[in-house]
Amino acid sequence: MRGFPIFPEQASTFAGPVDLLYFVLVGLSLLFAGVLPFVILWLIVRYHRSQKVDRSNPINSSLALELTWSIIPLILALGVFFWGAFLYIQMRTPPAQTLDIYVIGKQWMWHTQHPNGKRENNELHVPIGRPVRLIMTSQDVIHSFYVPEFRVKQDVLPGRYTTMWFEATKAGEYYLFCAEYCGTEHSRMGGRVVALSLADYEAWLTTQGPIILPDGSIDSGQPAISVDLGDPMAAAGQQLFASLGCAGCHRDDGGGVGPSLVGLFNSEGSFADGTTAVADENYLRESILNPNAKIVAGYPAVMPPYAGQVSEDQLNQLIAYIKSLAETDGN
Amino acid sequence: MATTTPTQAHGQGKDVHGHGGHDHDHAHVPGLQHHFNTPEQQKEAATLGMWAFLITELMLFGGIFMAYIVYRWGFPVHFVDAATHLNTPLATLNTVVLLVSSLTVALSVHAAENGKMRRVLLLFGATIMLGFGFLGIKGYEYAEKFAHCNGYSTPIAWATGTGQHAVDECLVPGRAFLYPESHGATHGGEPAPAAPTTAGAPTPYQLFFLLYFMATGLHAIHMVIGITVMSVIGWMTWRGKFSPAYFNPIEIGGLYWHLIDIVWVFLFPLFYLI
Amino acid sequence: MATTALPQGYLRDDAPGAIAWLKSWLLTVDHKRIAILYLLAINFFFLLGGLAATVIRIELATPQGDLMSSDIYNRAFTLHGIIMIFFFLIPSIPAVLGNFLVPLMIGAKDLAFPRLNLLSWYIYMIGGIFALVAAVFGGVDTGWTFYTPFSSTYSNSNVILTIAGAFVMGFSSILTGINFIVTIHTMRAPGLTWFRLPLFIWSNYATSLIQVLATPVLSITLLLVAVERIWGVGIFDPALGGDPVLFQHLFWFYSHPAVYIMILPGMGVISEIISTFSRKRVFGYEFIAFSSLAIAILGFLVWGHHMFVSSQSVYSGLVFSFISMLVAIPSAIKVFNWTATLYKGSISYRTPMLYALGFIGLFVIGGLTGIFLGIVAVNIHVTDTYFVVAHFHYVMVGGAIMAYLGGIHFWWPKMTGRMYNEVWGGISALIIFVGFNMTFFPQFVLGYMGMPRRYHVYPEEFQILHVLSTAGASILAIGFIIPIIYLMLSLRTGKIAGDNPWEATGLEWKTTSPPPTFNFDTTPIVNEEAYAYPPDAPERDAAAWKPGSPL
Repeated sequence: MRGFPIFPEQASTFAGPVDLLYFVLVGLSLLFAGVLPFVILWLIVRYHRSQKVDRSNPINSSLALELTWSIIPLILALGVFFWGAFLYIQMRTPPAQTLDIYVIGKQWMWHTQHPNGKRENNELHVPIGRPVRLIMTSQDVIHSFYVPEFRVKQDVLPGRYTTMWFEATKAGEYYLFCAEYCGTEHSRMGGRVVALSLADYEAWLTTQGPIILPDGSIDSGQPAISVDLGDPMAAAGQQLFASLGCAGCHRDDGGGVGPSLVGLFNSEGSFADGTTAVADENYLRESILNPNAKIVAGYPAVMPPYAGQVSEDQLNQLIAYIKSLAETDGN
Repeated sequence: MATTTPTQAHGQGKDVHGHGGHDHDHAHVPGLQHHFNTPEQQKEAATLGMWAFLITELMLFGGIFMAYIVYRWGFPVHFVDAATHLNTPLATLNTVVLLVSSLTVALSVHAAENGKMRRVLLLFGATIMLGFGFLGIKGYEYAEKFAHCNGYSTPIAWATGTGQHAVDECLVPGRAFLYPESHGATHGGEPAPAAPTTAGAPTPYQLFFLLYFMATGLHAIHMVIGITVMSVIGWMTWRGKFSPAYFNPIEIGGLYWHLIDIVWVFLFPLFYLI
Repeated sequence: MATTALPQGYLRDDAPGAIAWLKSWLLTVDHKRIAILYLLAINFFFLLGGLAATVIRIELATPQGDLMSSDIYNRAFTLHGIIMIFFFLIPSIPAVLGNFLVPLMIGAKDLAFPRLNLLSWYIYMIGGIFALVAAVFGGVDTGWTFYTPFSSTYSNSNVILTIAGAFVMGFSSILTGINFIVTIHTMRAPGLTWFRLPLFIWSNYATSLIQVLATPVLSITLLLVAVERIWGVGIFDPALGGDPVLFQHLFWFYSHPAVYIMILPGMGVISEIISTFSRKRVFGYEFIAFSSLAIAILGFLVWGHHMFVSSQSVYSGLVFSFISMLVAIPSAIKVFNWTATLYKGSISYRTPMLYALGFIGLFVIGGLTGIFLGIVAVNIHVTDTYFVVAHFHYVMVGGAIMAYLGGIHFWWPKMTGRMYNEVWGGISALIIFVGFNMTFFPQFVLGYMGMPRRYHVYPEEFQILHVLSTAGASILAIGFIIPIIYLMLSLRTGKIAGDNPWEATGLEWKTTSPPPTFNFDTTPIVNEEAYAYPPDAPERDAAAWKPGSPL
């Protein structure tokens, strides 16, 4: 117990600006909700029928007054709107270099995987002072990843990726909640976010913990993956890429039946029907599961859909691998 | 303060109703319900009520149209290809049937205005027949789809049980849904997207046919209601309930029939043509 | 004014036997009797929803799930939401007060389609029975929002039955809306032009527009959920090839305007009460009237503000946020105009006035916190937390229910011909106000602390605020029970009210209390604006006051 709670801790770079805006809103609200009741109170006491006061020449309308009390609130509302809008754009625009962590939500647990392959259940370790980007999806219903102390929340949808980013500022343990109602144990679908200094985080990454399998269960046997600071998630993706036979068509040199995937991530592609799109995680996801939705101009539509053949977990690894192809390309 | 004064004339609210000050006696106006002051008021209320109802109907179909637009935007190629599996000639015939029925309805309202009640009856009969014709054709279209799911090429073959073959397509959404492997036809020079080989697999094709069955099914339900309404009004006409002075139900029923037509006029191009 | 004998009016019992009496009620086409039928049914559902709320609040007094399992808890809050929204708040003021008053206020003998009106009640009851049957046979655990794919694929509860209930109820709502629109357009008394209409009529008109335009979208959406659930074909479930966010768009396209279905009629009630008990014309009549329409129209364009964190693009988030800011203005205009009406009035603290003043205070808080939620950057943190819960209870309970109760008290003498107990009326109004604030204000703090909604167990540090909230809820419950008692008692022992106990303007006060079956012996002719109190009415009212007169 922290005594009588009034206010959550500020533990991310967003917390300060969001709270400031919140306080300004509270202040403006007090201007109305704090003053107006006293005006009403004064009016109903002063003009109570038992009071002998001047009631002559009552007015029933006044354009000047109407305009005043329409325009001033409008200006204030637009003011806070623009403030909130700029802050929102900032909250939704991750910096170029982020630490990408993959999150899978399912009834009723969170499963996360770090780039080096380390997995967690209902926990998320993040370094402070580094922008972290979560790439999230759900295996069943809609969930919502919510860390109150960071002031961030994002719904996690089945069938697509949603992302959010934050930068923790303070080491500590914070609540992780599922904020979108997801069924019976909704209120128990949560855990903690542990913010560590960068050094501690890297140390944690290489510490051998319990071995968590892709489906979230704990393996009592020997570690299946080596834990080091490289990018084993991408490496696992590369193995998958080979074993699924992707490499046969998507050759790195571009000479295959399908387009080369080198440098693909975050580039703009144009399609057979004349449209274009940026190759983000959702595009990669769609192109693996349902390749015919968008056909790259100049290539035949021959790739079979992989929907139902790769798990969410494997999909994350494949995408991590394809993303790594863009990074090594000097991106 | 507003004053309450005894009044007999009901045309005083010119700014309200905009009708002239006829002197009506309730007891002698046919079909006038007690809570209305004038037949004009009653007719205005009935017509406005029907229009308000028609708007809710449009919003009801609007939800399906919205879903259609969203998914068509999401899967343009699939939707164009899926549309080729619908029976466009039959639907065109149905469009003609409906448009003719609209004409007969409009003519019957006109005839009622002129007091030609026999002609009204005749036209109503024609309208109802056309309505049944539409449902029959629509039913045949549905039956085709179901016949394919059972391995017959036409509903007639299905009914007689002749010529059953392996199921190569099933366009009825559900577990058995099977989009034909290769349709051959291509649209706009684009290759037809490869279809999944497993039955019941979730694809945009299934979505198209689901929306198709939902929209046309809902429309068919409205058609059944429309035929019922027309039959009741026709029966009332036969019983001599209407006169040139009072034929509100004929007009209202006509409005409803036109709504059914208009919805079809949107459905037809959306699903069959584009 | 003083009448010695109670006129029977529409309540006259001239049926020869019990069956005939029952028929005279259950087959009535009199809008006033139908309003009474609604009153009984709606209050029953209110008590049922309140019972569910009680269970929820007791459970939340401790952070552990000790009173019930999480499954039961989920069914309880879903029941609370579905009953309160679909079967209490949406029909409450339009179906009870609107049904009773719209024809009276415009000088008509009845609504335009009396039989349709009765049909609406039966449809409402059928919908209610579906929902009750669903609740009795195990309930439903999807939340009142029915979010897919949970509702369409994953939930193992009576989703179909409940959806059928909401679906059927929707038609009742649509038919009532059509009836009001047509009645207001075509059945106004001679001389009653649009700008002479009472503001209650304006707000009911705006409400009806929303009911007619938005409800069908909910119907078709729920139908699609049912189809997906029954046949397993994908519309909303991505595993079946659908899009779960499309459901949210369609759902909120109805359900945000539905919020205005709940609050707009309440605003109309407040305008009537404030004017009557200030003895003055409402300040800025045209602005209040048009702000109702503005709210109805803008209300259709802001549904996306329920979905700021549901993977909406930044661009659409900003657009929805912007329009949401604009909706705040017409609401603010109303509040300021009501306040200005008090100035130089002659104010009496009758029970309806206490409810109206309470409404203003609570609605201001509900509205302002709506701005917090409309700003995306803040919304991200507080959406789906208790902040939202507190916000909409301030609008729905603090707004709609306060107005409903205020309206019931205000027109009780007209509906029954008898006065309720003014002392108990004032006491319970104060209890409700205090209990309400105690229940829901702590929830704002809880929400900003990060307590998510629909949580059955929660971290211990939130307990103190939850205990406070539960304590407030028990006070609130007492406040709701007292009026039921004294209003029932007033039916036998209440003072005979007379035609116009409040000395109010408006056509409904020109006829007897209770009104005769066809409302007016002769069609009234209107030659004045609404609330046509003479300029010296406040002065004369105050001059007539002497110690011992009602406060």
